[in-house]
Amino acid sequence: MPATSLNAVGLSLNDCIKCNICTSYCPVSQVTDSFPGPKYAAPQSERFRDFGHPFYADDAGPISRTLAAGRMPDASVDFCSGCRVCNEVCPTGVRIAEINARARARIAAARGLSLRNRLLGRNELLARVGSIAPGLANFLLHNPLSRRLADALFGVAEKAPLPRWHNETLNRWLSRTRAQRLRSQQKVVYFHGCATQYYEPFVGIAAILVLEHLGYEVIVPPQNCCGLPMLSNGEFSAAEGYHRRNVARLIEFVNAGYPIIGTSTSCTLTLKEEAPELLDLENDADVRALKLATWDIFEWLRDRLDQGRLPSDLRPLHQSDRPFILPYHAPCQLRAHRIGKPALDLLARIPGLDLRESHARCCGIAGTYGYKTEKYQIAMDVGAELFDYVAAQSAASDREAAGSLSFTACDSETCRWQLEHGTGIPSRHPIELLAAACGLYDLQARRPADAN
Amino acid sequence: MKRMQTEILVIGGGATGTGVAWDAALRGFRTVLVEKRDLTHGTTGRYHGLLHSGARYVLKDAASAVECISENRILRRTHTHCIEDTSGFFVVAPEDEDDYPDRFAAACRRLDVPCTEIPPGAALRREPLLNPRISRVFELPDAAADSFLATHATAQGARQAGATLLPYHELTRLHLSGGDGNRAVSAATVLDTVSGRELRIDADLVINAAGAWSGWVAALAGVEVKMILGKGVMLATNARLTNTVINRCKMPGDGDILVPIHTVSVIGTTDVQVADPENLSIEQWEVDLMLTEGDKLVPGLSRSRILRAWAGVRPLYQETQPAGEPAPAAGDPRSNGLPAQDSPQYSRDATRALALLNHRQRDGLRGLITITGGKWTTFRLMAESAVDAACGQLGVSRPCRTAHTPVPGVEQGHYWLGHRLNEVEEENLQSELICECELVTRSMLEGAAQRNPTVTLDDLRRDVRLGMGPCQGGFCTYRAVGILHSLRAGKALPAAAEWNVAHMQSPAHHHRDDTGPAPADDSRRRSAAVDPRASVSQPNLLLRDFLQERWKGVAPILWGQQLRQERLDELIYLSILNADHLPVDDEESPLSSFFRSDSSPSTSNL
Repeated sequence: MPATSLNAVGLSLNDCIKCNICTSYCPVSQVTDSFPGPKYAAPQSERFRDFGHPFYADDAGPISRTLAAGRMPDASVDFCSGCRVCNEVCPTGVRIAEINARARARIAAARGLSLRNRLLGRNELLARVGSIAPGLANFLLHNPLSRRLADALFGVAEKAPLPRWHNETLNRWLSRTRAQRLRSQQKVVYFHGCATQYYEPFVGIAAILVLEHLGYEVIVPPQNCCGLPMLSNGEFSAAEGYHRRNVARLIEFVNAGYPIIGTSTSCTLTLKEEAPELLDLENDADVRALKLATWDIFEWLRDRLDQGRLPSDLRPLHQSDRPFILPYHAPCQLRAHRIGKPALDLLARIPGLDLRESHARCCGIAGTYGYKTEKYQIAMDVGAELFDYVAAQSAASDREAAGSLSFTACDSETCRWQLEHGTGIPSRHPIELLAAACGLYDLQARRPADAN
Repeated sequence: MKRMQTEILVIGGGATGTGVAWDAALRGFRTVLVEKRDLTHGTTGRYHGLLHSGARYVLKDAASAVECISENRILRRTHTHCIEDTSGFFVVAPEDEDDYPDRFAAACRRLDVPCTEIPPGAALRREPLLNPRISRVFELPDAAADSFLATHATAQGARQAGATLLPYHELTRLHLSGGDGNRAVSAATVLDTVSGRELRIDADLVINAAGAWSGWVAALAGVEVKMILGKGVMLATNARLTNTVINRCKMPGDGDILVPIHTVSVIGTTDVQVADPENLSIEQWEVDLMLTEGDKLVPGLSRSRILRAWAGVRPLYQETQPAGEPAPAAGDPRSNGLPAQDSPQYSRDATRALALLNHRQRDGLRGLITITGGKWTTFRLMAESAVDAACGQLGVSRPCRTAHTPVPGVEQGHYWLGHRLNEVEEENLQSELICECELVTRSMLEGAAQRNPTVTLDDLRRDVRLGMGPCQGGFCTYRAVGILHSLRAGKALPAAAEWNVAHMQSPAHHHRDDTGPAPADDSRRRSAAVDPRASVSQPNLLLRDFLQERWKGVAPILWGQQLRQERLDELIYLSILNADHLPVDDEESPLSSFFRSDSSPSTSNL
């Protein structure tokens, strides 16, 4: 039975007082006329969308005559990147990004989805296929001819920072090192997400090493994509299937009282909030239990820190006396957790680290947004604020010889790729930095320190 | 004093009067209409927007039901673009009596009102916010009607047929001629409330279509027309709660209709008998009652954001009044602020069927016909009967043509909610928006201000929905005033062809066509709001009046989100613009005092 209540997302439409603060902060509408702004797209346009219901989430639900006749009032909502800066600044709590996501879902339900958006939504499937032969997959995906073809045929931007397959998935590393894994009474569950599994297993390795260092056994149960790429491309029913499967696989651990910890801020946000809310699953007891048990890894580590349960044996990240300058960007998806910036609390304890906090609004990529040909330049223009900030830190470090800047840090994978693409400077997950400061991890080579 | 001569003079610029002018002009009569304020300023502009299927009255008022279903079918052809084909549900709530639904369905069949029972589950799938405890649902051809646009379209039809419409002309005197046995109304004096000049209009026949003011007009001719004035209070929600008209399947009562009209849902109404048609006060108990009853249709309605409350006065008429039961005086039985349970809902029981009073037969007075009662849905039929009677008095036989003559704009097809958004998107007009809530572009506002008779910003609100959204004028009032000021200061545009009112609702109209048909000579332009010679066009006065008008409807529902909104609006206008100390204290527009009255909620029951 679909929801019949005035749910939180729909109701929040009523909270708009038209103040325009969201419009003045929106990083997308600032750089393009294609997106008229959050207020226009969400609380304002929503009053004119009679397809589906303003307060009604289920895209499998009734389709109005308007929609059936193919009359769509607006398409510009598709240019919302979903970064959630609007939600962050709204003084009255309108769930602007979610209203937009639902509008996109209704459009997708009516018009059908392009092959490109369907593929981008199923990055897990692509990643799994590629991981069978990573070298071949990397060649097929990354050679210039393929990129040009992908741009022309599918609308995947030629220059966008697509990830590379790693030669070993996280699962294979786990089975290869099974004997070395810590067994303990204290257990946590790790939700790795697709990018860690196939492209960046070293982020997961760093997380597992840190957690084991703290005395926790890390359980990595079978899991699938969190569904966010489908949610942001408007494929709600498929996303619901993914989420329900994750719930079914994780619920026994939740019921056992283990925290579900993730290193991908967007995956954890999806488990915590996006899926339950957008799909109207908040009344499902298991969905709710998983939502409450899910933590961003630094949120959880900060909690341990507050309880005085973190070791204080952190060491400098490099040998020189000069400070190690680290620009840190808290991704939009992390800020949407509304937990502050917990990585900063932990990284600040690393000796000799000169943390520089970026206040840029967004790197621009916003999940799969910046990969789309028609949105690539918008994403780069949005990210300019961040790239310029990093460049300024870098320039200052050279001029004053005050320290060295060899990395940036960011909690979200696509944002790190965009950061590297926009600045040319390698980017690391804060957990990699923490693992390195614990002496567990080689920051340059991205592998366990004792691997050699 | 200026003089005019006409065959038919119509008093009242609501749906009925405008319909009469349209009908009379189409039959070839020289026709003049006078209205003391803007078209639709009265009851027409204050109703919930329901195009009745007639089902509401099948058991209580069969005559009205038959009129409604017949007119429903006609208006869908003649006023297509003013109607959204929402369809209507009659739902049986747990509180409702058991045998009413079956009697209701039988009566619908008997009166040829198409009625289909559908499973409650199917209704809930279409309208998920509907009360899940409803036990039965009937679907009927109710619809939502834009009474502003419909009246303007009818007015344009009338003008194109040669009628002259004079808004802001207030009737002050009816001139009688002849002695006993041969008395006749022969002329009227009207006051141009903008210029202050009087005008005498000689007419062969006067049709009193003044709605709730009909009794007052008749009194000027020395005849008594005793109106039953039923005040109804309505609330609008911030966004639509349903896309279908929802009625309770029970004897008509208070708060049992929920109409999706444009971007909002309207819950209505109360029915309180009043003596004065200008008594539009809103009592606390009326607001509370609408919320309580609304929750029975859509649980949670009372917690949803309410934008505004307003009242309209039904012009009901019953020739034979029940003996020995005097109509309760205004305010009297309700002085405790609650509806008296033991006194009958007098106006609720009055018939909604139209009333045609031919004063030649009724009072021995020639030259005057009163058309009143009825519903918005039956305005065309009312006009037809009135002009039929006029033909009788004038001794001519000319058939009515309105049932087969579409008004300008019908080619657009039925209204649909996404229409404005769609046009704004297709033409990329986002940066042209003046009223962001209701998607009113600069060109819509300028077109309406210059080419439609406009005295106050409130007139533009009725034309293009300026200020009718969530912020209730917070962000568009100062913009609109600035635009009118620059129009007023700039050189007048070349005398434009008559603006097609069908395009008043269209953000993109200026991209699609330039001019409509040339204006008739006597089609009078009175856009005082952009006339540099008119004192009413002073920007400060326009601003103050509109803020006062918007405040009137917000004050009774000032809680929750709308209170927060009003606080922001207050900061904009009182703190930044110092709007309560504008140097116009001694200036008045024709509506200043009307906007000021009743601006605070009654405290009798707080």
